Amino acid sequence: MDEIKRNQAYNRYVKAKIPKTHAWPSLFNSFWVGGVICCLGQGINDLILLWFPNMAEQNAWAYTLIVLIFLASFLTGIGIYDKIGKFAGGGSIVPITGFSNSITSPAIEFKHEGIIYGIFVKMFSIAGPVIVTGVISSFIVGIIYLFI
Amino acid sequence: MYYLWVFLIGGFICMLGEMLLIYTNITSARILVTFVLIGVILQAFNIFAPISEFAKAGINVPIIGFGASLAKGAINAVQSKGLLGAFTGGLEATAGGIAAAVIFAFLFALIFRSRTK
Repeated sequence: MDEIKRNQAYNRYVKAKIPKTHAWPSLFNSFWVGGVICCLGQGINDLILLWFPNMAEQNAWAYTLIVLIFLASFLTGIGIYDKIGKFAGGGSIVPITGFSNSITSPAIEFKHEGIIYGIFVKMFSIAGPVIVTGVISSFIVGIIYLFI
Repeated sequence: MYYLWVFLIGGFICMLGEMLLIYTNITSARILVTFVLIGVILQAFNIFAPISEFAKAGINVPIIGFGASLAKGAINAVQSKGLLGAFTGGLEATAGGIAAAVIFAFLFALIFRSRTK
């Protein structure tokens, strides 16, 4: 009985302490930052197709994503992407740049634990689940398409 | 003026991610996983291509596009290679992005030090 009361009190305490982000400004910020990142991607894609008009559309997209991944990785390295992330939340996580950030950020942070156990292992702490999800779900989709 | 669509749709998808962050307290890894799954499902039901037609980078740059190209790779590979394609197709289609992320992360991890937050 006592324990239940204590837990309730603790939950109330936690609820009071969780920083309240006001929903509307952060939704707005994630909206426009995400939109700008997508427009940047579109700009890169248009430039690539302008310079290499014969490139297949799929390859142009692959290069676009690689450029975005490079930029995000670099900005993470010099510490700017984290600032964008604090400001934009979902706007910096959902684009492919967030995927890149999720690999580079732990790689830099755990560098002091050594190259193999630091950089190589921690690199996939967030990207690992993403890749595993992708491999399993695309395998399932492939199997379904094999039989229909 | 397709940049307007890119901006609006890309922004909207990112805002959905932010909504998940605010209202459900889930972590960023789960958001990425959720959006990859959404992309795979959109591609599996052939809804991705018509959206991508006018949304362009608005849906290709968010991680949904990553999920969609995984599924697309698997579907195409199954049609040309059979069962083997289900194993190889997904990663083959996204290998560029994954390799780029790993290579640049390694490079910049060697160059930069972590700063105190």
